[in-house]
Amino acid sequence: MSNLLEVNEVSKNFGKFKALNNVSLSVPKGSIFGLLGPNGAGKTTLIRIINQITMPDSGTVKIDNEFLNENHIKDIGYLPEERGLYKSMKVGEQALYLAQLKGLSKTEAKARLEYWFDRLEIGDWWNKKIQELSKGMAQKIQFVVTVLHKPKLLIFDEPFSGFDPINANLIKDEILHLRDEGATVIFSTHRMESVEELCDDIALINKSNKILDGKLIDIKRQYKINTFEVGLKTDNHEVVTHELAEKFEISTANFKTLDNELKLNIKLVNGDLPNDLINYLTTKGELSHFVELIPSVNDIFIETVKNN
Amino acid sequence: MNHLPLIIKREYLTKVRNKSFIVMTFLSPIIVIALSAFIAYLSQINKDKVRTIAVLDESRLVMDVFNSTEHTTYNLLEQLSLDDAINVVKETSAYGLLYIERHDSLQAISNRIKFYSEETPSLTLISDLESKLEQKLTNLNMSNNGVDLDIINKTKISVDIQQESFAGEKTSKTDSLVKLIFGIAVGYLLFMFIIIYGNMIMRSVIEEKTSRIIEVIISSVKPVQLMLGKIIGTSLAGITQFVIWLILGGVLITVLSFVFGINMSEMQSPQEEIMKQAMTNPEVNVGIQNFVLALFNLPLTNLIVAFVLFFIGGYLLYSSLYAAIGAAVDNETDTQQFMLPVIMPLMLAVYIGIFTVIEDPHGTVSTVFSFIPFTSSVVMLMRIPFGVPIWQQLVSFLILIATFRLTVWFAAKIYRVGILMYGKKPSYKELIKWIKY
Repeated sequence: MSNLLEVNEVSKNFGKFKALNNVSLSVPKGSIFGLLGPNGAGKTTLIRIINQITMPDSGTVKIDNEFLNENHIKDIGYLPEERGLYKSMKVGEQALYLAQLKGLSKTEAKARLEYWFDRLEIGDWWNKKIQELSKGMAQKIQFVVTVLHKPKLLIFDEPFSGFDPINANLIKDEILHLRDEGATVIFSTHRMESVEELCDDIALINKSNKILDGKLIDIKRQYKINTFEVGLKTDNHEVVTHELAEKFEISTANFKTLDNELKLNIKLVNGDLPNDLINYLTTKGELSHFVELIPSVNDIFIETVKNN
Repeated sequence: MNHLPLIIKREYLTKVRNKSFIVMTFLSPIIVIALSAFIAYLSQINKDKVRTIAVLDESRLVMDVFNSTEHTTYNLLEQLSLDDAINVVKETSAYGLLYIERHDSLQAISNRIKFYSEETPSLTLISDLESKLEQKLTNLNMSNNGVDLDIINKTKISVDIQQESFAGEKTSKTDSLVKLIFGIAVGYLLFMFIIIYGNMIMRSVIEEKTSRIIEVIISSVKPVQLMLGKIIGTSLAGITQFVIWLILGGVLITVLSFVFGINMSEMQSPQEEIMKQAMTNPEVNVGIQNFVLALFNLPLTNLIVAFVLFFIGGYLLYSSLYAAIGAAVDNETDTQQFMLPVIMPLMLAVYIGIFTVIEDPHGTVSTVFSFIPFTSSVVMLMRIPFGVPIWQQLVSFLILIATFRLTVWFAAKIYRVGILMYGKKPSYKELIKWIKY
């Protein structure tokens, strides 16, 4: 699969402050790409460079194998974290204006707006002013404006902030739907559970440097610690624990079961395979629980940022 | 993609649809005219009061100059002592008492004339009395010295120097007056325009920042385009407002003067009489004709072209600075520190225009300041009615345009960085850093 976006060794300084240091990443076409990092890491600067709001000091950005240029403005839909609309302008008028700035003709913008307003059931807002709407309502308008011109690349910075769970879910479904229709999505957020749920690829930026990137599955594999959560029904907890400790690395686990079993996290060492562990455990008692511990994005995030 | 027309259209429509803009547009001429009508009415009331002034002329030489008029009644007292006369004035509650002592020489009389009153008398009254007495006493003095007044009046010669430039252009004092009025009017107009609409641009930039829409917008358009769109859109709204003011003002003044005209003829007010006299008086008539002629004597084509060019140039120069200030700050209260350096040269231009151009339109000061870009639009426009060589106008205009390009570049830099900066109150040092980004 080819890449829609390729960022190649991009650096950016603001005075003496280095906002980005030789950052490279590639976003595969049709994927949802999670751009992660602590506050102030340089995510917004990178997004602004992709949007041609700021120019990089060095490095290149390519979209569809073409160096970034003015024609790409209409190919990108950007929902910034700091968002807002003209307060005293009417919803419809404002959406039309913003769509026209993205290069849509007035009639086409209108037709598509009607489609979207219908889809999100906000058709009766057309003549309302933004200041009459609630925050969540304004966010919906903003979402529509972002996706209206059917951009190849969608960039969402914290898209779910300000939404109630129902509307957040609605927006999530719309994002997935857009991806299915062929759009590529860059997704910047601090909500790790939505990264877990939505993203195919991720990149982690910390202190102006990219410290991790790749397919989410590969990264998880890479961070897998060969540890299994085990529940074992046995008569003598202490003896079994002692015996296990000699063969494996163990620690106490914390999960809920119905009976009073021996609960342990067991890490395989010396090249043992999971089957070896199962075989060994069945000789000690009745195995009631056996789950491989897969690191969450949250764990990976915290660990890599700390170690960095 | 060129979105400039779209941005201009939005800026223009938002401005002219704004409620306070509409209210201001239609209310201000009414307020201004109502206010001036009110002031005129108040001073009218003041004038309607009839003053009584008692005159005790012991010399019996000047009594005959005090003829009562509509607003002043002269009460000539005779054969009273000064104390009695004062008492009479107090009892009759007259405005005051003019006391002329009896002396042998006219000089001695003139030195001892006194005016007694309850309050400090009005300045106009005193100078009116003084001129009346001076004239009479001078005439008497001349007669006493054997000078025939008739001969003096007959032989008086008045001089009105006719001015002509080397190129054969004729000018007169009326011309100079017209030029002066034109210059001051244009200077103030530009000054007001820049301040009112410059502020409007600044506020609209700040609004985009505080509503946080700016990042969405500049992911679609270049900041320079947005800035220029704002400046042009707001200016067009300003011109619309100005034109409406002119039309509305014209209509209101016509209506009011029509209504008042009827009233005045009913009241037979003194001004009306003076006006009538003036109209029939050939000299004044010639004066008005001269005034109109002087208007047409101005280098009109040059003036109109220069007015349009320098007005636009000067306005754009300043409004780009206003836009940059708006981008640099988060809210209006933070703008103060940056406003002073913008307003100072503008004030300087207007005062240089009023004080030096009128004194000496082609002197060193006026000439130099008509080339400095931040003052040239005002000063040059004030100089042009007095005749400025085309090459000077051209050079000045080119400097203005070059500076405008420079300030736009500079403002765009600040604008580009500033619109995405929040929460910091920038210093000048910071702004210079932004330019380097």
